[in-house]
Amino acid sequence: MSAQRAVVSLRGVSKEFGRGGVVALEGIDLDVRPGEFVSLIGPSGCGKSTLLRIVGDLIQPTAGGVSVNGKPPRRAREDRDYGIVFQDAVLFDWRTVEKNIALPLEMTGWSRERRRTRVRELLDLVELSGFEKHYPWQLSGGMQQRVSIARALSFSPALLLMDEPFGALDEMTRERMNLELLQIWEQTGSTVIFVTHSIAEAVFLSTRVVVMSPRPGRITGLVDIDLPRPRGNETREAARYAELIRDVRRTLRRGGGFEVDEDTSVEERLIAAEEGL
Amino acid sequence: MNPALRRAADWAPAVAVFALGIAAWEGLTRGLGVEEFLLPPLSDILSTLRDQWSLIWSAGLFTFKEALGGFLIGSAAAILVALVLARWRGLGRAFMPYAIAANAIPIIAFAPITNNWFGLLSPASKIAIAAVLVFFPVLVNTIRGLTSVRPGQIELMRSYAAGELQIFRLVRVPAALPFIFSGLKVGTVLAMIGAIVGDYFGGSQDALGILIRRSAGIFDFELAWAAIVVASILGMLFYASVALVERVALRSQAMRGADL
Repeated sequence: MSAQRAVVSLRGVSKEFGRGGVVALEGIDLDVRPGEFVSLIGPSGCGKSTLLRIVGDLIQPTAGGVSVNGKPPRRAREDRDYGIVFQDAVLFDWRTVEKNIALPLEMTGWSRERRRTRVRELLDLVELSGFEKHYPWQLSGGMQQRVSIARALSFSPALLLMDEPFGALDEMTRERMNLELLQIWEQTGSTVIFVTHSIAEAVFLSTRVVVMSPRPGRITGLVDIDLPRPRGNETREAARYAELIRDVRRTLRRGGGFEVDEDTSVEERLIAAEEGL
Repeated sequence: MNPALRRAADWAPAVAVFALGIAAWEGLTRGLGVEEFLLPPLSDILSTLRDQWSLIWSAGLFTFKEALGGFLIGSAAAILVALVLARWRGLGRAFMPYAIAANAIPIIAFAPITNNWFGLLSPASKIAIAAVLVFFPVLVNTIRGLTSVRPGQIELMRSYAAGELQIFRLVRVPAALPFIFSGLKVGTVLAMIGAIVGDYFGGSQDALGILIRRSAGIFDFELAWAAIVVASILGMLFYASVALVERVALRSQAMRGADL
């Protein structure tokens, strides 16, 4: 796999918060090919959210090289090469569903008419038609997250970055959202980098699972997920699915992934401090 | 039950309390023969209000204009300063403690001083005290609103390559509006207090504060109370009109979106 063809290419990426402080990431090498669905999995505090933000140019790495669509991440961000979805839907309470989804389009100067057409398509895609005029607080958590996904997809970015998007949802909603996300991914053909805590979710969704160790975060293994597509509820009952879950769990354990159970908020606080928020 | 009836039912207890209060006022002052300087019967106040309406109302408007002037100057200045302090955080950190401390100062104590600064009879001295009273709560609320944005919202905007100005317009200002309006509502009350108390320390013969002080001084308590009623009505109308603007602004904000 050559670096030019990769959508995202990371070479020896390290991140240290503060001077001589916490080493969040160390020597990360990773290439993500076009159309891949790559999950980053690891214990809390392994730096997977930090890694995602480095790809999105929301955090600067301390060392190493990053390229996104063959460009420096800053250029990629300025060219709006990626859409991002956070664990919290981050919707604006004063905007309707329609206006929330259209926000990036509004910022890039799309006409009202084009925005309306595009929003209608997206609402169809995330199965929220008829909710155009609702406000975020009138929606359930799952629906809010679908709005957030629609917004990330609005300008058809080739790359979708997702930071535990379904982490706050109940198990049943999460499984349904997983199915919907797979459909969207198959329809749009975009590349996805997906951060999650859930082994089952990572295996179900991904073409490849990247297993990380606790701090300092390193890649301890890559597991190719060769489950047939399209995947559906029957996938969760397949023997191969259970096998792959076991493989990922073993890789995690080898990397020490089950020894640490730290407060997730440590990483969030470090990120917030770094960004001066 | 239809909505109109249900609303009426919701309001019934408050209306009953109001009616009872009025009846108690009238009944007790007359029945117990309460001295007029303590509290005149409501009907006497109302008849004075009717007989001397044009005098009281024009005094009320005079003072209301002082309050309104102070409110506009004070809140405009506060919002401008808040924009600057929220934009340059270093400045904000330097000035915020003083703004919060000043918020706790009984600024009304300066009224006699501003009378000296701007002239005893000039409305300018009352406008000044009202403006200073309004300034601090609006400032503190606006800054709090502008900086209350969740980190995720800023991160999201940065992912869209939004500039500082776009973040301000699309995120910080709309997020701050509810805070700004609660500051402004407090401001209406303070502006009325500032103008009337400013009058108490001396002012034009046309002012409501002067009318209250003078009529109380010559034992014309019905007139004093009638003037207080007008002050209350103006104060409530002032508050209610800002609250109305708030309702319209915060509702249509969602509709206006980008045009904000």
